[in-house]
Amino acid sequence: MTTPVQTVEAVPSFPSPLKEFWQSFSANKGAVVALFIFLFILFCALFAGVIAPHSPIEQYRDHMLTPPAWAEGGSTQFLFGTDELGRDILSRLIHGAQVSLMIAFMSVVMSMIPGVVLGLMAAFFQRYLSPVIMRLMDIMLALPSLLLAICIITILGPGLINTMIAIAIGTLPSYVRLTRAAAMAEINKEYVTASRVAGASTLRLMFVTVLPNCMAPLIVNATLGFSSAVLEAAALGFLGLGVQPPTPEWGTMLSAARDYIERAPWVVTMPGVTILISVLAINLMGDGLRDALDPRLKRAA
Amino acid sequence: MFSFILRKLATVIPTFIGITLVAFALIRMIPGDPIEVMVGERRLDPEMHAAAMQRLGLDQPLHVQYFTYLGKLAEGDLGISLVTREPVTKEFLTLFPATVELAICALIFAVLFGLPAGMIAGLKRGSVFDHGVMGAAMTGYSMPIFWWGLILIMFFSVSLGLTPVSGRIAIEYDIPVKTGFLLIDSYLSGEEGAFKSAFMHLILPTIVLGTIPLAVIARMTRSSMLEVLREDYIRTARAKGLAPTRVVVVHALRNALIPVITVIGLQTGALLAGAVLTETIFSWPGIGKWLVDSISRRDYPVVQAGILVSATIFIVVNLVVDILYGVVNPRIRSHK
Amino acid sequence: MSLLKIKNLRVEFGSLAHPFPAVDGLDFEIERGELVGIVGESGSGKSVTMMALMGLIDAPGRVTADELVFDGHDLLKLSPSQRRKIVGKDISMIFQDALSSLNPAYTVGFQIKESLKVHMGLRGAALEQRALELLELVEIPDAKNRLNAYPHQLSGGMNQRVMIAVAIACNPKLLIADEPTTALDVTIQAQIMDLLAKLQKEHNMGLIMITHDLAVVAEMARRICVMYAGQVVEEAPVAKLFAQPHHPYTQALLDAIPEHNKGARRLSALPGIVPGHYDRPTGCLLSPRCRFAQDRCRSERPQLLGEAGRVRCFYPLNIEGSAQHG
Repeated sequence: MTTPVQTVEAVPSFPSPLKEFWQSFSANKGAVVALFIFLFILFCALFAGVIAPHSPIEQYRDHMLTPPAWAEGGSTQFLFGTDELGRDILSRLIHGAQVSLMIAFMSVVMSMIPGVVLGLMAAFFQRYLSPVIMRLMDIMLALPSLLLAICIITILGPGLINTMIAIAIGTLPSYVRLTRAAAMAEINKEYVTASRVAGASTLRLMFVTVLPNCMAPLIVNATLGFSSAVLEAAALGFLGLGVQPPTPEWGTMLSAARDYIERAPWVVTMPGVTILISVLAINLMGDGLRDALDPRLKRAA
Repeated sequence: MFSFILRKLATVIPTFIGITLVAFALIRMIPGDPIEVMVGERRLDPEMHAAAMQRLGLDQPLHVQYFTYLGKLAEGDLGISLVTREPVTKEFLTLFPATVELAICALIFAVLFGLPAGMIAGLKRGSVFDHGVMGAAMTGYSMPIFWWGLILIMFFSVSLGLTPVSGRIAIEYDIPVKTGFLLIDSYLSGEEGAFKSAFMHLILPTIVLGTIPLAVIARMTRSSMLEVLREDYIRTARAKGLAPTRVVVVHALRNALIPVITVIGLQTGALLAGAVLTETIFSWPGIGKWLVDSISRRDYPVVQAGILVSATIFIVVNLVVDILYGVVNPRIRSHK
Repeated sequence: MSLLKIKNLRVEFGSLAHPFPAVDGLDFEIERGELVGIVGESGSGKSVTMMALMGLIDAPGRVTADELVFDGHDLLKLSPSQRRKIVGKDISMIFQDALSSLNPAYTVGFQIKESLKVHMGLRGAALEQRALELLELVEIPDAKNRLNAYPHQLSGGMNQRVMIAVAIACNPKLLIADEPTTALDVTIQAQIMDLLAKLQKEHNMGLIMITHDLAVVAEMARRICVMYAGQVVEEAPVAKLFAQPHHPYTQALLDAIPEHNKGARRLSALPGIVPGHYDRPTGCLLSPRCRFAQDRCRSERPQLLGEAGRVRCFYPLNIEGSAQHG
């Protein structure tokens, strides 16, 4: 009757957050493939000067509109062919990755930081600041982001830096709204009250106590902001309002290509495929991130 | 219901005032001489310059200028184009129907294919169809549509010769303007082949402009459908012994469509932005192309008007969507 | 012939290789006009059993049974459309959270009339009349106006009354109430219970009352079925069950009723929770939580045995002549 019950309880060791994250992220095959594609594009961007076979702006006057290597009349000297000025398309695409990723990265940083600060301010000072900030964001949201960007380019003029600024301003409201919503959900929770009672300053409450708990949706939004920035920069470039030639930008490359649809389809195809693959990869990564970071966000897209 | 509409209307007013402020400020923030920016006259001698400043009221304090601007807006005066010397309002009225026609067609295209695709994908979750639709939707969502347009032209117009490359209708047709919508006008004109020509011209731009909304609507419908199918009231409906089609059509669909309607409304923004690109590719004479052309021609009064008008359309459509949302969702109407 | 007879019902979820039986060899019977309580903790399989009966278990869930006979129909042999002619008409069900169980997009009237149209073919004035009659039957004041109300405009208690109206619309032979009062205030709980009891008597319906609270069914039911981890562990007439519970789990449930603990410093509670997918014991399913468990309990599964009251235990409590636990 008194046989002691053998209870060998296996103490479950909790996986580290990073491992847990990777486990749920890697469950999404598409996201993992996308991650590798993105890393490859990032690699191209970082080492463009080393891996590009040619200079992106050198015009080989004897090789204008050379078809890509696999097509009839192509040569291995210019793998993806050359454009109307005899520039190597592959090299321009590789250097273009640098430009696109830089624009995207900078515009995300430039909209995320002020966006988070404004959003936190709106959440913490709900009486006076919040209505002002949110009305302002409503006005900014009244223009689709591409039109807002066009509006800003009209004032500032086209160019690399101005493209970043224009895109950053266009995506600012989404960060403000997200941060405010997330912070307002956190602000009434016990742990915030606890640290308020413990005498934490408002600044500390904002950035140390509350902000880390709002990061999941912000990271996802940043990923999606990154892909839409690549698209938007390309769209501005295509309209002639973005990065100016001869800087190799994917969208700008397409704006000149229109006239060669019949004669040299590769001039049109290559930059577009590059944009599509990059944006698709980032979006798939974003989907994977969202599912891994916060299952509740699944419905948000 | 009436008070609900009034309340919605009230929330829009500050935004609209903000937009007029932005449009007002825009033209004054452009670097350079104001007379050059607004009237297009270069290097006037100082006397004439001062006279012009006075005539345009530019020597007045800013708030006076703003109220003058608002007064003109109220009369429907959007200024004079620097390039054509025509009233901007008149140009706008001839171009606007072209954009609306294209946008409506694109939206119909997107809803027509996006809703059923998303719905079936949601109902057949995990099936080959579901994966196919979601893969295609992700690709569509990531599509640089200006390139997509070029590829479609390359394939359907250049290689196959099926569709025209640009414009709204073949040049041999001279269609009297009745509604501004060429599809309708060409039909009314009774001219042989005119309707077909207008229709063929619409196909590619519609697909290009509709691609992203189509992808978004399909994704949203699917996830909304999945969510609704998990609801308790679906279980109740099935416990009533209703046929599966009735459960889906009567009980699931209506609730699943509520968030989708908001998304469709938000697509107006994407359509406006997309119209700028699509109209540029297909030389479609609408307000998107007008806006882009005006920027490169430095026709600032047109840019100002274009921004104001686009924002207003966006606000109005979203307002309508909000009200519609109240109609389909009784919970919204009585709360708040 | 009993109204409903279930024999060896099994409902499995999960993969075929590693199935998880949510209901495991369940036997159950109910007569016409009888009121039976099914009691058990959350996760004990009460609701899943009823969902299986209603045909609401979807793939990948799998339902098998030796017998699932309702009113002479073998439910598992019917085609889905034949089965739908019974479900919602002769068997109907009300759920725990009435607000979320009613469709927010339609009026109360629409949702009541829907059953009447589909199953009874009522139209026009007759339909309107019957819907009104039903709302009055479930004692909703100002019934005429309430027909046009949306669920979110009514209180929880009113919504549950609407659910009941929907369920009894076609004069069912069997009504299943799945924790109908759990989401409600105590005073409203009593009202709903009284209403259900009244309707059951007036219409001579079979009523299965599912609850996790023995006290709720104590006064109403004639017979109680106690479920644990997908099995019936004890079944007995109410008085007997309360006076002499045989199964340690029943005893534990009774001990958890505050009235039975008068004078005690703290309520007694059963430690632990119902076993899940990965920690199903090889022996008696209660053995890890049972303070009377012996070696045999940990290695073998007991059967449901007995005549007037049946119990699934090797060492039942309160049986004269049997070895008492020390």
